[in-house]
Amino acid sequence: MTQLALVIDLNVCVGCHACVTSCKEWNTSGSAGPLADLNPYGADPTGTFFNRVQTFEVGTYPDTQTVHFPKSCLHCEDPPCVPVCPTGASYKRAEDGIVLVDYDKCIGCKYCAWACPYGVRELDEKRQVMTKCTLCVDRIYDPALAERDRKPSCVLACPTNARLFGDVHDPESIVSKAIRERAGYTLMPEQATRPANRYLPRRKTELPLHPDDLVRAENPLRIDGAEPGPAFLVGASEDFAT
Amino acid sequence: MHPAFSVLLLTTLIGAGQGLFLVLFATEVAALAGLVTKPGMPFLVGGGALALALTGAGLVASVFHLGRPERGWRAASRWRTSWLSREVIVLPLFMAGLFLWSAAHFAGQRGTGALGAATAVLAIALFVCTGMIYASLRLLQEWATPLTPLNYLLLGCASGAVLAAAYAALAGSSLAVPYALAALLLTIAGAATRIASLARNRALRPKSTLQTAIGVPHPQIAQRSQGLMGGSFNTREFFHGATPAKMRAIKWSFLLLAFAAPIVLLAFGGASAPVLVAAFALQYLGLLAERWYFFAEANHPQNLYYQAMS
Repeated sequence: MTQLALVIDLNVCVGCHACVTSCKEWNTSGSAGPLADLNPYGADPTGTFFNRVQTFEVGTYPDTQTVHFPKSCLHCEDPPCVPVCPTGASYKRAEDGIVLVDYDKCIGCKYCAWACPYGVRELDEKRQVMTKCTLCVDRIYDPALAERDRKPSCVLACPTNARLFGDVHDPESIVSKAIRERAGYTLMPEQATRPANRYLPRRKTELPLHPDDLVRAENPLRIDGAEPGPAFLVGASEDFAT
Repeated sequence: MHPAFSVLLLTTLIGAGQGLFLVLFATEVAALAGLVTKPGMPFLVGGGALALALTGAGLVASVFHLGRPERGWRAASRWRTSWLSREVIVLPLFMAGLFLWSAAHFAGQRGTGALGAATAVLAIALFVCTGMIYASLRLLQEWATPLTPLNYLLLGCASGAVLAAAYAALAGSSLAVPYALAALLLTIAGAATRIASLARNRALRPKSTLQTAIGVPHPQIAQRSQGLMGGSFNTREFFHGATPAKMRAIKWSFLLLAFAAPIVLLAFGGASAPVLVAAFALQYLGLLAERWYFFAEANHPQNLYYQAMS
């Protein structure tokens, strides 16, 4: 059975918020109605977003790592928000595992938001219904779009390709391969929600450089063992430096 | 969690209404068994009307909790999985039973015992539903305990019994004395279980940490950006915003008002109307504070993502 999900690569996320703005743009323009913005030009602007990027600093200065952390609905396989809904407005689609809210049935009681450990559901202050990430369900199946555009808006917007989209139940999908090969993990596993979205951890970037590479020991132009010297020794042409 | 006044009023008002009805029905059963003289029809009908008024007021308060109250009827549909849905069904059923029981007494009909028994089952079921709405949320560790529904049951019955005693004293009924005794015992029992839940919650260790929240197993993590500037639903709904000093003050005021003061008044005040009315008023205020604290005390795991707020 299909379970669509996002895999977010924390190793390359630069915290640019492109996914946040493109998510907002797509989802505020859709047929489901706009995502409210209250006091947008005032001192305390607030509004509905399906996706937010937070920043954490790990370690003690100067040995720190900056972790940019995009956060949206994880489309759990055991979503705690679904059984608590008194109206059935909150549901998980059997065909692709997307957790959705039926805005026409929601009574705005907020009980689902209480049941979600991740705080990824937001009550829209104007429409007074619960809203959340839909994995852009209104574009990923749209036959009017080119095949390459049938992805969530945030995935298409990411300039560093930190967001992967696919079926985590298909072992050959790009998301399953990324999870398998790069130790994809879930958030708050102790809450037993079995999130479908995964995160790829940061990795130590290593540059495998051998002294022989610097002096280019096997350069065929080194006829007499002296020429041509590397750039950092003779301060000459860039061509030989690399 | 941010305490919503609609829910504070709902749970305290219907609790008192359910408790009052249970005391009245217990009196009817005791009269059948010959333990007390059967109270007059006006007393039972007046008490039933009072309980109905309290539950009705609670129902009105609950509507203010909904973003879309006009769709509230839909909330009865998911009773198989949702305790909230079950409460939405049981509350009107209890009110209907209460109305029929009072009407049957008023009309002098037979069968009030059976009607009352069914309504009593509904009253207890309603306590269970209300408590389980909170106790079933495993992620809120402060709520996920059998003490939660037990507290709703005992505190509701206690405030209903104090109200019954005040009502009997005002009506000049000799039942004020046994009611006051029942109220005293229920208040002591409620104090014991509520203090037990406070002690339990003090010793809780959070299941989730900032490390599991973002999946970085490092002891030193500082949040630099929350991803928003002027607040969001997440910063409004899940934080109470009270200082630790205010939390302590509210805790001690509810312990004093909901338990200590009524216990002293019921034990030593005699069964006079002004004392019993004062006991009910003080306890009701105390229960509002108790409910406020119940919400504020619950620490939602999503707050880990908003370190500057928590």
